[in-house]
Amino acid sequence: MSGHDWPLWEVFVRSKGGLSHRHVGSVHAPDSELALAHARDTYTRRLEGVSIWVVPSAEIVASDPEQAGELFEPAESKIYRHPTFYDIPDEVKHI
Amino acid sequence: MATIAVDPRTEYLLRLGDDALVLGQRVSEWTGHGPVLEVDISLANLALDLIGQASLLLGEAGDGDQLAFHRDVLDFRNCLLVEQPNGDFAQTIARHLLYTTWQHLLLQRLQQSSDKFLSDFAHKAVKETAYHRDLANEWTIRLGDGTEESTRRMAEGLDWNWRFIPELFEVDEVLQAAIDAGIAPDPREFEDEYRSAIAAVLKEGQLEPPAEQRPLLGGRRGHHSEHLGHLLAEMQFLPRTYPDAKW
Repeated sequence: MSGHDWPLWEVFVRSKGGLSHRHVGSVHAPDSELALAHARDTYTRRLEGVSIWVVPSAEIVASDPEQAGELFEPAESKIYRHPTFYDIPDEVKHI
Repeated sequence: MATIAVDPRTEYLLRLGDDALVLGQRVSEWTGHGPVLEVDISLANLALDLIGQASLLLGEAGDGDQLAFHRDVLDFRNCLLVEQPNGDFAQTIARHLLYTTWQHLLLQRLQQSSDKFLSDFAHKAVKETAYHRDLANEWTIRLGDGTEESTRRMAEGLDWNWRFIPELFEVDEVLQAAIDAGIAPDPREFEDEYRSAIAAVLKEGQLEPPAEQRPLLGGRRGHHSEHLGHLLAEMQFLPRTYPDAKW
């Protein structure tokens, strides 16, 4: 048996209720069910998660690094879009 | 040398504890040798769960380290199934399917044990065992219903381990005493459920159940296969050679 022809899956873990799933890495697996099992065994061994998503890596549509200039640089000069002019109470986490 | 347990409770703890210890040690032999990285990690996790269970059970039966590392093969009380060699990945999965399906059905009932420790233990272990059983189911189905080679290997793995099933449902005097005391569930009560659960997984994996073979019994009385001695030699070598060694 060989895993060389197994597709790659991107793994997203929700660390606790109320938070978003975050990308944590990827695993190889022959299908979605075993991708979940591999993700669970690889990335949630130390109580990191309450929910896992796996997505075939081939299904991820990525922006073109060549277009980074036109996509992202225009936002650099628009600091008023950043919500940095508010005081955030210490009790509010995860913002 | 450890003394042989005399009361049914201690004996029962040793049986379950030795099952977990020996299967955990067996599965851990895969570490670094798994067919792919993800499966390697997965198998190491299974092994760790089992070693954790063994630690709890043997710790309740006595001095856990003493029992694990300083007992001779004749004093081990595990069933013969768990000491069987890993073989290939399919044979390991076959063993895990046959044992953890039994263990899961047992732990579901052990939660109602009159013994507080065993009931608490079962509540904790039943969840991880459910995962072991699921994973073994999934792999059995995929290997069975996979390629010509994976089907053949899965069938051979089942064939190797099949003769050790009857021992899981054997009730001797010691177990009967533990059942009568309300400590242990009677495994015969879930033998039909076990047989149909295994049959359903094999059917989904397009696998024929192996032909019934002459059952092999005796592990619970210390009559083990040659394989356990080799396993213990490796597991016990360090603490026996350096009895005062510390981490």
